[in-house]
Amino acid sequence: MSRADMLYLRRRATNAMALGLAAAATLFGLFWLVWILWTTLSNGIAALKPSLFLQMTPPPGADGGLANAFFGSAAMSLIAIAMGTPVGVLAGTFLAEYARRRALGEAIRFINDILLSAPSIVLGLFVYTLVVKPAGHFSGWAGAIALAFIVLPVVVRTTDEMLQLVPSQMREAALSLGVPQWKVTVQVLYRSALPGILTGVLLALARITGETAPLLFTALNNQFWSHDLAAPMASVPVVVFQYAMSPYDSWHALAWAGAFVVTLFVLATSLVARAVLARKKVSND
Amino acid sequence: MTELNLAVALNAATPGVQPDAATAKIVARGLDFHYAGFHALKGINLAIPERKVTAIIGPSGCGKSTLLRIFNRIYSIYPKLEARGEVLLDGENILDPAYPLNRLRAKVGMVFQKPVPFPMSIFDNIAYGIKHYERLSRADMAVRVEEALRQAALWDEVKDKLKGSALGLSGGQQQRLCIARAVALKPEVILFDEPTSALDPIATSKIEQLVEELKQRYTIAIVTHNMQQAARCSDFTAFMYLGELVEFGATEVLFTRPTKQQTEDYITGRFG
Repeated sequence: MSRADMLYLRRRATNAMALGLAAAATLFGLFWLVWILWTTLSNGIAALKPSLFLQMTPPPGADGGLANAFFGSAAMSLIAIAMGTPVGVLAGTFLAEYARRRALGEAIRFINDILLSAPSIVLGLFVYTLVVKPAGHFSGWAGAIALAFIVLPVVVRTTDEMLQLVPSQMREAALSLGVPQWKVTVQVLYRSALPGILTGVLLALARITGETAPLLFTALNNQFWSHDLAAPMASVPVVVFQYAMSPYDSWHALAWAGAFVVTLFVLATSLVARAVLARKKVSND
Repeated sequence: MTELNLAVALNAATPGVQPDAATAKIVARGLDFHYAGFHALKGINLAIPERKVTAIIGPSGCGKSTLLRIFNRIYSIYPKLEARGEVLLDGENILDPAYPLNRLRAKVGMVFQKPVPFPMSIFDNIAYGIKHYERLSRADMAVRVEEALRQAALWDEVKDKLKGSALGLSGGQQQRLCIARAVALKPEVILFDEPTSALDPIATSKIEQLVEELKQRYTIAIVTHNMQQAARCSDFTAFMYLGELVEFGATEVLFTRPTKQQTEDYITGRFG
């Protein structure tokens, strides 16, 4: 066997080893994910029936569902998105289009990154002192505001990054038509960055639907159906927390079912976000 | 120096051109350009003749694109860039902050190296710029869009898919779309910044033909690192090196009997 053949064999062996290790690591990660999904499903299967979405959270021992919790989660999450997205898109636009390569922009970007990784319980306490304490009671609004503080930095970051990814020649081409910068941003750059920004919003939505800590001090919880945002409001993560800590089997099953639905929702949202981004890539080629 | 004198000086430097054939459309006088401490253009004096094609050639980093980007002040969107001196468009100094940017960019269009269609339909790509300046009825707009696409020799290829996304066009078609977009505003000058360096030979020759046709109506300045291209499609050529204008003259003169040694070295491929 020649030297070149030896070298080739050795490289093939190294390649196979690296590939094998990478595949094993992937399987290791996936293993836990599948286990988590399986556990929530098998433990919650008893409660996974239409009543889960139709009936209220029951007292111990009685039959019931999580309808009020699902409603509360949906309402607070959507309001949080509605509050956080416009502010986040505008702030991200400022960073990418007006403060790029400026000290002010860099400082804001740095602070935004800190907010992005701030523990969510801190945001809950912040909104507690800001909203709950002056108002004198817990409320759905306070919960939505706390969640909006989680949405905000995610949307700022993705808008900033997606606008920076738009080739500078697109900007130059539009500006060289004599169109003012704000019009170029709204009419040309947003179109180009839209799939990316949308992905950021979806990922923010996926993140807040699973948040428990910021809701504990703000929306609290509610055993009954309530669509009054000025009153305490139920949410899936908080109900799961409460029911999982209880000694009752029926509550345990409901908690598992709630956890399963939330996990599935997060998975689906992430998939949609990825699909949106993938479609963009195709159209750019 | 008056415009007339400049034209005379220009013609004195370019034998073979009749004195009244070339009036300067753009005149740069004592033009310096700095960015972040780097002196990129050094005392450029140049006259770009009306309704002719002027090529700007030179090795990478010589400042040819920088010069072109001053003519519509597109450089000014970035911080820390500064142009000093005078650039006269029809006798008015466009570097004067009082010169309206809107008017400048309506008069001076630009086509870039990489074709960048906007993420919208073919029709809207052309209509977008027009809408900013004029309020046209649907029928009038359709006429204007067709006219622009015809001038860019693209109409026959896209007339059946005007509502389709411009991103679906080939690279050469996209570049002609960008030319149509610039032409649609009825500018007086069109700047080309290496318009064919991302295109294949067939698409390149189409763009070159187009440049030849467009000079009937527009003053054209084209930056290229392809010397054959400059020789093929320009009337005048400016050779730049290290931020200075080394030589300017009629293309056939500059390529056959250059007066400066540097020019000769460059066009014969000894450096660059």
